[in-house]
Amino acid sequence: MNIFVCISNVPDTTTRIKFKPGNKEVDFTGVQWIINPWDELALTRAIELKESNPADVTKITVITVGKADAEPTMRKALASGADEAIRIDAAPEDAYTTAVQIAEALKNESFHLVLCGVESSDYNSWSVGGMLAELLDVPSVSAVSSLNIENSKPVVTREVDGGKQTLSTSTPAVLIVQKGIAIIPRIPSMRGIMTARTKPLKVVQGVSTEPLTKIVDFQAPPQKSSCKMIDPEHLDELPELLHKEARVI
Amino acid sequence: MNFEFTEEQLMIQQAARDYAQRELVLDVIERDNNSIYPTKHVKALAELGFMGMMVSPEYDGAGMDTVSYVLAMEELSKVDGSTSVIMSVNNSLVCYGIETFGTEEQKQKYLRPLARGEKIGAFLLSEPEAGSDATSQKTTAEDKGDHYLVNGTKNWITNGNTASVYLVIAQTYPEKGHKGINVLIVDRHSAGISVGPHEDKMGMRSSDTHSVMFTDVIVPKENRIGEDGFGFKFAMKTLEGGRIGIASQALGFASGALERSIKYAQERKAFGKELAKHQSVAFKIAQMAIEVENARNLCLKAAWLKDQGKPYGYASAMAKYYAAEIAMKVTTEAVQIHGGYGYVKEYHVERLMREAKLTQIYEGTSEIQLIVISRELLHVH
Ligand SMILES: Cc1cc2nc3c(=O)[nH]c(=O)nc-3n(C[C@H](O)[C@H](O)[C@H](O)COP(=O)(O)OP(=O)(O)OC[C@H]3O[C@@H](n4cnc5c(N)ncnc54)[C@H](O)[C@@H]3O)c2cc1C
Repeated sequence: MNIFVCISNVPDTTTRIKFKPGNKEVDFTGVQWIINPWDELALTRAIELKESNPADVTKITVITVGKADAEPTMRKALASGADEAIRIDAAPEDAYTTAVQIAEALKNESFHLVLCGVESSDYNSWSVGGMLAELLDVPSVSAVSSLNIENSKPVVTREVDGGKQTLSTSTPAVLIVQKGIAIIPRIPSMRGIMTARTKPLKVVQGVSTEPLTKIVDFQAPPQKSSCKMIDPEHLDELPELLHKEARVI
Repeated sequence: MNFEFTEEQLMIQQAARDYAQRELVLDVIERDNNSIYPTKHVKALAELGFMGMMVSPEYDGAGMDTVSYVLAMEELSKVDGSTSVIMSVNNSLVCYGIETFGTEEQKQKYLRPLARGEKIGAFLLSEPEAGSDATSQKTTAEDKGDHYLVNGTKNWITNGNTASVYLVIAQTYPEKGHKGINVLIVDRHSAGISVGPHEDKMGMRSSDTHSVMFTDVIVPKENRIGEDGFGFKFAMKTLEGGRIGIASQALGFASGALERSIKYAQERKAFGKELAKHQSVAFKIAQMAIEVENARNLCLKAAWLKDQGKPYGYASAMAKYYAAEIAMKVTTEAVQIHGGYGYVKEYHVERLMREAKLTQIYEGTSEIQLIVISRELLHVH
């Protein structure tokens, strides 16, 4: 089984976002770039599956739409354990153009599963995965929070209102994954870092496509209030909030 | 001149940062409170390759340069000095010593598992009455023909209990003074070795520091590193590189405290505005940042010289002196900026301050670094 993982190159989640004059464009100067956290979890799960079922998962390829400055992020994905990388040389203009570029590139590849993060932490459009499945004309499963391979078939769990649903799907398929798919994102080992440069990073030309949306204006969110109230009934949320939001533990 | 890091160096820095910020931070306070050795972290860091990161891949190391080592040590130390000192001793004293001066057999037998981090090493130089003055070794390694017989006591040994490989410095020919000293690779489980109780320390409480007693311990001749009488030179040479590790650790304490202070000053309000908007706090932070940057540059320069195969003892002494001094200063200021919160454990800066103190003491006190630096300048030996 060949697994493709779509990687979005996004600003570090602790970045203080600034806009260029006119508020139509983000000012990316000085920004540190990382693998979109959801994509990183998807990649982690793909690597875990390859490690535990080497017979089932033959190759993991990471794919991105981006210019050359996205390459360090792709090499980090290779260092973490992906086998190959493809960079589609085009600027990701909106969710639609991104999905079109990936779909066109995938038409030249043999793939069984395409993993997409449910959203990217920069533009939060929540739409690439679904559009990609349509453009490729393959089934898709959304809100996937666990993925296993049983008898060479993908078996996924997805979150539904108040519960979980387990599905198995034919391949090729697009899986739109969310938190839970993997718990701790894979940190590249020294060995991985050393071998990343020797792994193929293929650059393919993008196709010509027009965005369907246009950014009219950005507005910074209002300043976060420094005090957050927690319902005494839900005290168990506290450690999570201290860890994920306040980042003090 | 080029101040850019390579992509690999940046990846290593990021990997160390991710591990520290995601994993080490979770139990660092508990381990510090209860003096718990970071067993699972040492194992995880070994799997990632950090425990032998500068050893050649030929001996199962990661083959990274010293600049990467500085970056990794800084990131881990921002959060947890106990874990970073375990890594530092293993890398820059034990692995480096065996790889640079050991025989092929010694490298095959000892270096490989140390580089993989399956075994941990310790460096046994200090004694109850030989600290700064490392020449007055009372531990003896009597030459018995085909083996040495080791007797004596070593003090303050990092990894003293968990290590399986000891590098022991001991006197073979007392009449020859420091030229009679040898260094031996000793299996920690040899008959006649006993380990004292865990030292109850001010900081680095989660690393295991012990005294180690040797009573008629038999060590095969082939476990001596280098020529007969090479031990003191070995220790000095090895410590030159070790100081880059400890300097980077001190740098990490300072930069970790600075990062926390910046964040805190932007959040905490006093007299109707953020601390950051009070000029005396803002200036304090600027001053801390200058000192951190200077320390980082000194560490990287020493590392760069080592990577280039140039002499680096003078540079590493400067880096260690300066980084340790400013670590103490910057962490103290960080506690001040945090006010009462800085004095309690949850805010981490008081621990960094306790840990910073040690960097002025071990692997050569600050005074000893000044001796090294001034001797070099004044040509007095
Ligand atoms: C937690 C911890 C871990 C350690 N880990 C190790 C380890 O793994 N292996 C190991 O071998 N050792 C280790 N040490 C020992 C450490 O390196 C020594 O404590 C250090 O070298 C100082 O020696 P000392 O304690 O005997 O102090 P002393 O040498 O007695 O020094 C006392 C004071 O006098 C000053 N002084 C001494 N001589 C001079 C001089 N000529 N001029 C000016 N000032 C001078 C010193 O700078 C210091 O301020 C560790 C120590 C600690 C606390």
